[in-house]
Amino acid sequence: MAPLLQSSQPWVEKYRPRQVKDVAHQDEVVRVLTNTLETANCPHMLFYGPPGTGKTTTALAIAHELYGPELYKSRVLELNASDDRGINVVRTKIKNFAAVAVGTQRHGNYPCPPYKIIILDEADSMTEDAQNALRRTMETYSKVTRFFFICNYISRIIEPLASRCAKFRFKPLTDEIMNDRIAYICSAEGLDLDPEALSTLSSISQGDLRRAITYLQGAARLFGSSILSTDLVTVSGVIPEEVVQALYSTCKSGNFELAEKEVSNVIAEGYPVSQIISQLFDLIVGLDDVSDEQKARIFKKMGEADKCLIDGADEYLQLLDVASNAMRALCNMPLEFPSEF
Amino acid sequence: MLWVDKYRPRSLDKVIVHQDVAQNLKKLVSEQDCPHLLFYGPSGAGKKTLIMALLRQMFGASVEKVKVENKNWKVDAGSRTLDLELTTLSSTHHVELNPSDAGFQDRYIVQEIIKEMAKNRPIDTKGKKGFKVLVLNEVDKLSREAQHSLRRTMEKYSASCRLILCCNSSSKVTEAVRSRCLNVRINAPKEEEIVDVLEFIGRKEGLQLPSGFAARIAEKSNRSLRRAILSFETCRVQQYPFTNNQLIPAMDWEVYVLEIASDIMKEQSPKRLFQVRGKVYELLSNCIPPEIILKRLLFELLKKLDSELKHEVCHWAAYYEHRMRLGQKAIFHIEAFVAKFMSIYKGFLISTFG
Ligand SMILES: Nc1ncnc2c1ncn2[C@@H]1O[C@H](COP(=O)(O)OP(=O)(O)OP(=O)(O)O)[C@@H](O)[C@H]1O
Ligand SMILES: Nc1ncnc2c1ncn2[C@@H]1O[C@H](COP(=O)(O)OP(=O)(O)O)[C@@H](O)[C@H]1O
Ligand SMILES: [Mg+2]
Ligand SMILES: [Mg+2]
Repeated sequence: MAPLLQSSQPWVEKYRPRQVKDVAHQDEVVRVLTNTLETANCPHMLFYGPPGTGKTTTALAIAHELYGPELYKSRVLELNASDDRGINVVRTKIKNFAAVAVGTQRHGNYPCPPYKIIILDEADSMTEDAQNALRRTMETYSKVTRFFFICNYISRIIEPLASRCAKFRFKPLTDEIMNDRIAYICSAEGLDLDPEALSTLSSISQGDLRRAITYLQGAARLFGSSILSTDLVTVSGVIPEEVVQALYSTCKSGNFELAEKEVSNVIAEGYPVSQIISQLFDLIVGLDDVSDEQKARIFKKMGEADKCLIDGADEYLQLLDVASNAMRALCNMPLEFPSEF
Repeated sequence: MLWVDKYRPRSLDKVIVHQDVAQNLKKLVSEQDCPHLLFYGPSGAGKKTLIMALLRQMFGASVEKVKVENKNWKVDAGSRTLDLELTTLSSTHHVELNPSDAGFQDRYIVQEIIKEMAKNRPIDTKGKKGFKVLVLNEVDKLSREAQHSLRRTMEKYSASCRLILCCNSSSKVTEAVRSRCLNVRINAPKEEEIVDVLEFIGRKEGLQLPSGFAARIAEKSNRSLRRAILSFETCRVQQYPFTNNQLIPAMDWEVYVLEIASDIMKEQSPKRLFQVRGKVYELLSNCIPPEIILKRLLFELLKKLDSELKHEVCHWAAYYEHRMRLGQKAIFHIEAFVAKFMSIYKGFLISTFG
């Protein structure tokens, strides 16, 4: 039996880069951090960007490379959204950790700079109060600690914290970079992916490498070692073009009952409505026989519906509203309703 | 035992609908390194059935020996201690829970309890199955904070713990959580597929089905397999041998909503609004979820309307349902929708008939 720990991890974890230099596509960060490894100098850092672009990976990798396995525990504090990070934790846990002086001992060949690192992953889920409480801590211990903030949305980090950090945006991975990484995994796992499948994979995962790896593993388990483009589409759950097209046609037809039926069908099929709306958007944007004004009207509603969905509104009702609005725009029916009684 | 439970397929090889998905799932867990899974689809489509069959495929029949526990946890939340209560269903290999039951405290469930469960690697003397599975139901109902809290846990402990998430609408699961799972869509079975299941049960029970009978039940089921099987059993209790003109029983609350819709169409006045409010209140106190009431009411009203009004009415339904999400008291928003409808409809009647 193979060593359990290794073999039983999903591929995303198995192929998480352990060294900063292996992080793909995020050149600026990698340059700065490689420099850090040489000079042991490091500012506070703020990493932000969409899911699966390497933020957590980079932060963990640099921490491991700076301290090595022995010092890691005493020098690095990782707090993420799975930990309670209310004000009290910030005040006590972080302070306690930061306050203990660091020794100058070195272990092995690691740089072991004379400061500690506090990684606050998923920092956008911290309350504003907790972030404010951090300001003082950061200043008090600035000589002996470095903070790494990681988040998806930089706007959720309060300005006083953000301005204390060197900011790095993690870009969605480009197709070529994604292809390289995927090709590497394929050769390690003995998979065979033709160029078409490769390009499908990068287009459906939209710059999120984690997603790409998960799809790849899914497809490998379901369809064996030789993977086709269609296999990947099946695994990814992308909504087939016909479904979006059918919905559009009912809107175009001007028949409310037809649209209502199609919307019910979409819901029964379980397609995520936010996804349907975004694919419907892509479809309509490219149409020549729809005027700019009609498009503007349709997209305005789509934006509103998207916001409502994020607030937790019902998927069926929002999609029906979008469809009904699109129908009115496409068939030049009256658009606005008086908004108050 | 109810038929829905009695005829729930226990293994991936025995499912009647979603056979393709079942075969895929089987291949997916053939190795030990399967990713986290997110099952999504309408209620009564068969998600839970597939999940249980999948667990059985992974761990054998022992996952069926479950114990239900009502556990209490004391969670230290900074300045105060919270008492959390949660029902779990567990076997030696898996734990199933519904974290959103903790309401606005769901974040603590994820941070304290789920993380604790995920951390502890099951110690199996044979060293064979080195991980356990956590099944989390209704993840779309989890607050954003709670969903965020899941993220790192899903990565950090992925060697010792696999998550199976289950929900109705995957739009409500954050991008970051979706990115960490293989997403498995379970669509509502088509009417023909429901007919197959009903006929299968009919054979097992030794029943004579007049032709077209199963189809009639399927048609009324709204593509929910659970609903179809339940009403099939009700029909059996009400009248057997079956006849072709036998009534397929509707749900009480749906009949009631139909009644409300007729009330609204007949008279639009403050007095009627007040009566309707009482009826809606009764539905709510019978635990019919408010958005379900609103959607059903819309469905009934739309059937009675001219095309030109339908657009406006469905717009307001979406509008008030959204407000209901943001607000606290569902009844206000349903009532506001009814009032809006009455005003639109009355305006229409006056402009048409004077
Ligand atoms: N730039 C990259 N280079 C190499 N691998 C990557 C890169 N980005 C992501 N990956 C792969 O995707 C997985 C997830 O990456 P990571 O945990 O760093 O994402 P993240 O940016 O922290 O996302 P989130 O915002 O969802 O937390 C890694 O395990 C790795 O396999
Ligand atoms: N694949 C299937 N084949 C046959 N019957 C099924 C299948 N899936 C579900 N059922 C029946 O439908 C009922 C409801 O399914 P369930 O899995 O509880 O739905 P969900 O979890 O999606 O709400 C089950 O009790 C079972 O009797
Ligand atoms: Mg991360
Ligand atoms: Mg269920």
